[in-house]
Amino acid sequence: MAAQNEARAGLGARLTTAAGWPLRAAFRLLDVPLKVVQRLVGIRGMPWVFLLPNLAFFGIFVVIPVFINFGFSLTGGTQLFLTDRVYTGTEQYAFLLDCERFADPLTCREDRFWRGIYNTGFFIVFQVAFLVLFSLVTALVLNREIRARGFFRAVFFFPVLLSPVVVALIWKWILLRDGLLNAALVSLGFDKILFFVSPEWAMFWAIFVSIWAHMGFYTLILLAGLQAIPPDLYEAAEMDGTRPMRVFRRITLPLLWPTMVVVIVLALIKGVQIFDEVYVLTGGGPGTATQFIVQYIYNTAFTEQVQNFGLAAAASVVLGLVLFVLTMLQLAAARRRDAGESDG
Amino acid sequence: MTGLFRSLIGVSALALAASSATAQTELRMMWYNDGVEGEVMETILERFEAEHPDITVTLDVVPYKAVLESLPIQLAAGEGPDIARVTDLGGLSPYYLDMTTYLSDPDYWRENFGPFLAWLDPDGSSISGFMTQLTVTGPYVNKTLFEQAGVEMPGEGATWDDWAAASREVAGALDIPIPMAWDRSGHRVAGPAISMGAKMFDPDGAPHLVDDGLKSMATTLYDWHQDGTMSKELWGSVSGSTYLGANEDFANAQVVMYMSGSWQVPQFAETIGDAFDWWAVPAPCGPAACSGMPGGAALVAMADTDHPEEVVTLMEYLSSEEVLAEFYGKTLFIPGHLGLAKGGVDFATDDPRASHALQTFAGAVPTISPVAYELQGYVNNRIMFNALISRLGEAIVGEMTLDQAFDRMSDDVAKQIAEKERE
Repeated sequence: MAAQNEARAGLGARLTTAAGWPLRAAFRLLDVPLKVVQRLVGIRGMPWVFLLPNLAFFGIFVVIPVFINFGFSLTGGTQLFLTDRVYTGTEQYAFLLDCERFADPLTCREDRFWRGIYNTGFFIVFQVAFLVLFSLVTALVLNREIRARGFFRAVFFFPVLLSPVVVALIWKWILLRDGLLNAALVSLGFDKILFFVSPEWAMFWAIFVSIWAHMGFYTLILLAGLQAIPPDLYEAAEMDGTRPMRVFRRITLPLLWPTMVVVIVLALIKGVQIFDEVYVLTGGGPGTATQFIVQYIYNTAFTEQVQNFGLAAAASVVLGLVLFVLTMLQLAAARRRDAGESDG
Repeated sequence: MTGLFRSLIGVSALALAASSATAQTELRMMWYNDGVEGEVMETILERFEAEHPDITVTLDVVPYKAVLESLPIQLAAGEGPDIARVTDLGGLSPYYLDMTTYLSDPDYWRENFGPFLAWLDPDGSSISGFMTQLTVTGPYVNKTLFEQAGVEMPGEGATWDDWAAASREVAGALDIPIPMAWDRSGHRVAGPAISMGAKMFDPDGAPHLVDDGLKSMATTLYDWHQDGTMSKELWGSVSGSTYLGANEDFANAQVVMYMSGSWQVPQFAETIGDAFDWWAVPAPCGPAACSGMPGGAALVAMADTDHPEEVVTLMEYLSSEEVLAEFYGKTLFIPGHLGLAKGGVDFATDDPRASHALQTFAGAVPTISPVAYELQGYVNNRIMFNALISRLGEAIVGEMTLDQAFDRMSDDVAKQIAEKERE
């Protein structure tokens, strides 16, 4: 028996060796130019060489467009190319920020921009809070030894695989006047509700659908975080007879916190960028009740006869700054908490 | 071996020569569909390609929204199609090809497309394309519902208020959810507003959207949304200048009266058929006129094309009287060719409702106000339409008062025109 196993292992090793031959040959081929590069840049420069492809990609598709966008925000007119456009300085920013009272969008010259800001603020407060809460609860449940755990994990993750447009269309069919939900309400003896005509209902469904569509992704991250917590801590707590709520507060939550910060920051950034689902679901309506900042930028740049790229770019810069500040605040809060915990 | 090598060289040279001889020019045509016109155009293009084996035409069928939003960007970037079907006739005019010098008979174009060429080139006299359809805005009613409810349809000279009252009566009697629906479009509102006395321009010819006539129509629309004559589902359920049509609700008999236009005829003939009597009625009257809005779609050649001669060859083929007679006849479109309009087109329908609708819309042409023609030819008309629809929508859902909406409309128009005119 042992001889048979040895023979099998020997065969496996030979197969691995044979299969690995092309890889080894490729690495040997790479070895020569890399040694030359290392001689040129030195051992300390080598990490940069490996980072270069990613940095180049990031630079071309992220950093350079940010600067081009900033350039657009300092121009006016309808020309497409930056070099053809009229330099206006900070005029577009002044127009966006021209408000008598910032709390009342109607007193602002560009009222839709401010409505977009307030709608987005309202949206992210509720969407991020409930998204994180539901994801955490779901992750905690899926982390337990329950029947068909793999199936339920797949079920919760499935909406993430759908295109945002598909998600929005599915829910639109459910929520329309003659949709499934209204059919159910009528069959139970209630009146139909025109969900997309009421600002409150439209905002509720925008938040709900967004949570439904993205919860699986964040649940997965939190689940990974939960599984990284050493089980012996729970075993020790169990032996001490610690109550489950205390275990959650004293073990799970603190050890999950770094993962939670990642989830909150990601959810916050995604929340501020909300566009496609809500655009298809409510079209930003009723009125401007679910028109968020990204839709304002899109409308300003593309849907009007005068495509105002300058104003849209200025609004993008403001949005970028808001995102930057939010992320910094979030990270600072997380660091402070981490520091506090390590001190304590 | 040498023989085989020589044979290979010979065969390769022949293949190269053959491929050069059959080298084709590929033209791209951006197209959108209201009804069956895409299928009709495809059969016409197949015949064109058979007659011109050196030219292939790719019909890129896109959503209408792409024509409004993506095409201007493509054209500005120099990446547009060779030919496109457009409705922003004057707004895209800087990108059109002036075909005059390439055309074999420019006078044919001036004679048959004359009045519409000015829509494509408001400041000049170039020839850039032709109308694939002329349209007139106007209402449809569900005549069957009127009969079932025992309500008489208002007759000639009836006002919008008469129709609203009658539609409410029908809806109330038969429990129809929406008495009246209008497409969410500034173009649709413009005709009735002009009927109510809107002038759209000041005495110097500058755009002047908000006046008493427009306020009167906008206030009526606002009131209809508050009293349930119109459902907020259409105008109140989206933001900005987003277009929404009520054609599906009308086809499903959920609407008594539907304000849209002549381009719905082929679609209703197909989707409604004889399920109920859908009836086009003349534009209701106001104190100033009984006007709809003219409009339509044009097929235009683009200046950025690498193949202007081939483009003109195709445009001449498509604009010929014979081809256009077939196109208008099969698509049930009101002809934008004066010769065919005078001579009459043999429309391919035996549906009495479609025939009646086509007659009604053709008969509405003389009642169109000159203001409506001027507005349709105005290069910045979409700015005015969009400002009207977006701000009125915000007032309807209660985000601002009507007076605030009127002020915002004027501001929006002034701001956008100023932005466009920056040098």
